[in-house]
Amino acid sequence: MIDSETHRRIQHLHNRYVRVIDDDQLEQWPQLFTAGGNYQVTTRENHERGFPLALMSCKGRGMMLDRITGLRKINVYEPHRYSHQISALEISAQPAGGFRCISNFLVVRIMHTGASMLFASGIYLDVVVQDEDGTLRFAERTVITDSRQTDTLLVIPL
Amino acid sequence: MSREKPDQCWPGADNTRIPYRLIHDDEIYRQEQRLIFQGPTWHYLALAVEVPDPGSYLTTFIGETPIIVSRDDKGELHGLINRCQHKGALVAVESCGRASTLRCLYHGWSYHLNGDLRMVPFEKGIEGKGGMPAGFVKAEHGLTRIRLDVYQGLVFGSLSNDVEALETYLGPDMCAHITRVFHKPVVVLGYYHQVMHSNWKLYMENARDSYHATILHAFYATFKLNRLTMGGGLVVNHDGWNTMNYSIGASVQDGHYDPQELRAVMADVGLADPSLLNHRQEFADGITIAIQSIFPTCVHQQIYNTLAMRQVVPQGPDQAELHWTFFGYADDDAELRQLRLQQANLIGPAGYVSMEDGVIGEYVQRGTAGESAGSSALLQMGGSAIETVKDSRANETTVRGFWQGYRTLMGQRSD
Repeated sequence: MIDSETHRRIQHLHNRYVRVIDDDQLEQWPQLFTAGGNYQVTTRENHERGFPLALMSCKGRGMMLDRITGLRKINVYEPHRYSHQISALEISAQPAGGFRCISNFLVVRIMHTGASMLFASGIYLDVVVQDEDGTLRFAERTVITDSRQTDTLLVIPL
Repeated sequence: MSREKPDQCWPGADNTRIPYRLIHDDEIYRQEQRLIFQGPTWHYLALAVEVPDPGSYLTTFIGETPIIVSRDDKGELHGLINRCQHKGALVAVESCGRASTLRCLYHGWSYHLNGDLRMVPFEKGIEGKGGMPAGFVKAEHGLTRIRLDVYQGLVFGSLSNDVEALETYLGPDMCAHITRVFHKPVVVLGYYHQVMHSNWKLYMENARDSYHATILHAFYATFKLNRLTMGGGLVVNHDGWNTMNYSIGASVQDGHYDPQELRAVMADVGLADPSLLNHRQEFADGITIAIQSIFPTCVHQQIYNTLAMRQVVPQGPDQAELHWTFFGYADDDAELRQLRLQQANLIGPAGYVSMEDGVIGEYVQRGTAGESAGSSALLQMGGSAIETVKDSRANETTVRGFWQGYRTLMGQRSD
């Protein structure tokens, strides 16, 4: 059983995640993970068929930071932003400590031209832990997109 | 005013000027389906390991034509048009599966995995009334079989009966390079599917284009993964239809990439975790990047330890879908397998290198919208020849080779 305070704190972590991405505070994004946390984006096709290939795979904050360096300085793409909608959050406590979470997401992609589309839908599978400083962080966030297709490219983390 | 014929749209006899209308015109797109995709060409369809057992099948495309690749109960591979002989509906809808028969959902006609028609519901009518006429013979109504051939575990299909033998079509250097990578059993590690809002030919040009690779893809040049100043070359077979661009990472020289002139080199950018770039030399020839393009729509890549097949499926003049099949070897040790999966961050729709190819064709598509007759791209790097070049990659010979295949099949002349 999850007490309401824990539920609120985990909900807050999910909300922070949306804010740092949708409000373009991407440099903050790795801080929502533990130092050695894992972030991975894959498709339901790969996940259900047991294929290990991911679209993005970051092991640790360093690789997450490099994704942000990539999108800020290196990669070429057309300016756009996301609007995340998160729902159906379920939380379960783990016997060994920490929490497993599952939630649904929709991501609308808004191009600089104004063109908007439903860019991705899917689920987040998370492991949330209390870090050394007492803050709740993602030790794992696996993003599983419902569709196997990516429209044009994926540069901002989902 | 009468419409200008497509065969008069080329400004010159060589392939240094590519008319923009070829990527916009609906009529030309329709002609390509007939003359290229249904013409004397071989199309990469699958890896044989993706249809491993009797009863395995997968669905794909040759151009817009829906195709099934199946393995029958004797273990033999077949290429079939995915179209019921009754009303033309798709027979297989899933991307892959296992089945004892393929059954059309519309009226239940079912087929063996070799394409033979097995059963027609109510073939004899009900109580002797209705049903198919007495002269109806099931043996004459199997799924349409296409030509299929397998080279080193790569399954190719053709809708033409006139196409030359697959090995001749590929050419000796292409066969040698395929054998270099497919010299032992492979396993699929996953897929990417990427929708691009541009003409299919722009992607195929891009994959052959060494000139752009180290300029557009700043990640390559910044981290010295690929630069035109490395050893490498451009290999052409079959009059340019099939090509390979390769580079040898250990031979990189400094200089020539001026940070003032090229955004591709960023002296002040580093990686917080450079272990992303860890790789292992697994081929004795030292080639670290090899991009092979088989006319019309197949790309085979080795980028460091990432190995993949890419297949382009045209979806109209201004859209194409790119299918990536990422693989490793069955005998990969755990570390090498991990290196492949980590380096997958470089490729695919979210790849530090490859993501840009998902949009650059769209920039061309949009930049050339409203083109007037006669405007064209300029492909003069390295002159006008279509030939193997082993001392420089500042050359568009391989791109001109694509258009050689295209013009040969489309019958488009400059006169």
